[in-house]
Amino acid sequence: MDLTYTDEEEEFRARLREWLASVLPGLPPKPSPNDWPGRRAYDLGWQRRLYDAGYAGLHWPADAGGRGATPTQHLIFLEETEKAGAPYVGANFVGLLHAGPTIAAEGTPQQRARWLPPVLRGDEVWCQGFSEPDAGSDLAALRTRATRDGDHYVVSGSKIWTSHAEVADWCELLVRTDPSAPKHRGISWLAMPMDAPGITVRPLRTLAGSAEFAEMFLDDVRVPVANRVGEENDGWRVTMVTLSFERGTAFVGEVVACRRVLGELAAQARKNGRWDDAVLRRRLGRLNAEFRALWRLTQWNVSEAEQAGGVPGTGGSVFKLRYSHARQELFDAAAEVLGVAGALDTDQEWTLDRLSSLSYTIAAGTSQIQHNIVAERILGLPKDRPGQRPKDLQKGGR
Amino acid sequence: MRFQLTDDQRALRDGVRDLLAGRFDRDALRTAVDTPGHLDRALWRALGDAGFFALCLPEADGGVGLGLPEAVLVFEEAGRVLLPGPLVATHLAAGTVPGAATGEAVVTAPAGELLPWRDASDVVQGDATGAVPLASVDPLTPLHKLPGPHAPRSPQAVLLTAAEQLGSATRTCELAVQYAREREQFGQPIGAFQAVKHLCAQMLVRAELARAAVYAAAVTADPVETAAAELLADEAAVRNARDCVQVHGGMGFTWEADVHLHLKRAWVRAGTGRTARETEEELAAAL
Ligand SMILES: Cc1cc2nc3c(=O)[nH]c(=O)nc-3n(C[C@H](O)[C@H](O)[C@H](O)COP(=O)(O)OP(=O)(O)OC[C@H]3O[C@@H](n4cnc5c(N)ncnc54)[C@H](O)[C@@H]3O)c2cc1C
Repeated sequence: MDLTYTDEEEEFRARLREWLASVLPGLPPKPSPNDWPGRRAYDLGWQRRLYDAGYAGLHWPADAGGRGATPTQHLIFLEETEKAGAPYVGANFVGLLHAGPTIAAEGTPQQRARWLPPVLRGDEVWCQGFSEPDAGSDLAALRTRATRDGDHYVVSGSKIWTSHAEVADWCELLVRTDPSAPKHRGISWLAMPMDAPGITVRPLRTLAGSAEFAEMFLDDVRVPVANRVGEENDGWRVTMVTLSFERGTAFVGEVVACRRVLGELAAQARKNGRWDDAVLRRRLGRLNAEFRALWRLTQWNVSEAEQAGGVPGTGGSVFKLRYSHARQELFDAAAEVLGVAGALDTDQEWTLDRLSSLSYTIAAGTSQIQHNIVAERILGLPKDRPGQRPKDLQKGGR
Repeated sequence: MRFQLTDDQRALRDGVRDLLAGRFDRDALRTAVDTPGHLDRALWRALGDAGFFALCLPEADGGVGLGLPEAVLVFEEAGRVLLPGPLVATHLAAGTVPGAATGEAVVTAPAGELLPWRDASDVVQGDATGAVPLASVDPLTPLHKLPGPHAPRSPQAVLLTAAEQLGSATRTCELAVQYAREREQFGQPIGAFQAVKHLCAQMLVRAELARAAVYAAAVTADPVETAAAELLADEAAVRNARDCVQVHGGMGFTWEADVHLHLKRAWVRAGTGRTARETEEELAAAL
């Protein structure tokens, strides 16, 4: 067990810090959460700066345009950028954190050459078209159809909760290519250009008031067969790769951000007198333990991934479960520290953060689904057999 | 950064697990339960021979010369099997109390307002005046109560106790999972029901978070990390034992099942440190 970083890693950290200190002060202010084109431009601008400085796709393999950095260097990158208050990945989330790594792991050389560099340079934005109105937690129940027509697929159906759909250039899309196969076997993973005819995007308003996700209607959209990543009908396996990235690495930087927020809250409470409330003070103390331990758990998972080499393991589900709840508790505590202004005023970032924290136990797999994953895949508990239960329930019911 | 067990640490943990499986199996546990207050001196010496108490003593002084991370792994194993006795106090007395390092002497010390194992110990370190016997909830830990005020426990004592809590939390999770796989109701193993499955998953998450905190505190020896480890390990041990009782149903409420022993020991250990309230205050002060 060792928590010290090597000289090389410390040097990497020092150079990154220096660079951050030189660029962050000159950054323009962030556009409002409802100005999506403005947000897109801002997020891509930041990505371009990372690219020019050699920090884009740090953890991607070198032959995918990345720097082939170790998971530990990636961890340092996320830690330092968060500490310094650098912009969040924002619109680049899907491209950088899951579509990109999936293409790097499963795509052909041509596909990697076509799609990966623009993500790193900040030229193209991706979105994720997995969920459907009747296939959320039960993702494999998806019905959007793709039928072959020469060297194209013709896609029809609808998707929902697609984050950044309005401003995306590409969509990682799951479609059913064999309706007669068992539900996990007939799925394929496609890269769909968002400017193709037949796509209608209808923004959905979130409970926080913004329109960060949307509904997508697909009406005979033609997607080249060459845009399929992985074999036809083997999309579920590819999807599992995508999801392990989504849960494995996507929240790492945010723990650092939460620790920063907690420090700010304590400072606020000491200033405004709320610190005298012992119950509230102790809640903040408990959150201190929680986020410190979550950061240590992150280090544990990252160094495990480093030893195993590659795709993050199921430890991501353990982390996500606890983190998503801790984040909600943090912003509830913030509302208590800040009083009416922090709790009820939607002009305050705190209020918006509190509202958006509600999505953490839903997006990227709900807590209930994560509990199933931990129980079945880590603890080896048996799967439920719903078909058999009603009869047995009657038999045993009293 | 290699925040994983080294091969040596893994070998040490496995060695201790094997030793305890041989010397303190379930029969030995139940014998100990049936003979309250009696400490098995042969077992104590065997632990001494294996280096359990001399683990952190420098080699020059006849010890094993290992550090806090190794001690934490060993105490985690002790917690898993509910090994009885004033293990932490004897371990910390090695090098200062003659015979402690080898397991010849049994040493106890006040822990908060409690003094465990007074009558079975050879040496009581610290001020134990005014100690009165307490009918201990844990059949495996005889207790005296001390009048206040109480000296704070050393950071090592706090951390080693947290490591025992972690071992217990991990064990009750395993016991629950094992039972949930075997026990059938409504024509299927109860572990197939989500209500049960989710209890088990929460147990694992609690134990893993506590593990990250305890191991990190062992590496850094930082007081705030130690406080976090104490808080999370106490919670994991107590809550996991409760959930384990629940998963076992009526069987969980019997004296026969070992689960209650885990819960009671977890309560006693939590009672020997600072209260959750005090730990939270310390963690708040560090913000
Ligand atoms: C902010 C946000 C952004 C999102 N972005 C995207 C995106 O970009 N792309 C995309 O494809 N999707 C996205 N999603 C969708 C997200 O992945 C789904 O919302 C999620 O998987 C849950 O599916 P659902 O909404 O259909 O809920 P449902 O599956 O209908 O679940 C409803 C409730 O039932 C519970 N439930 C369902 N099945 C079970 C079960 N087997 N056992 C126990 N409980 C169960 C759930 O836990 C939940 O509490 C986003 C969601 C949010 C909130």
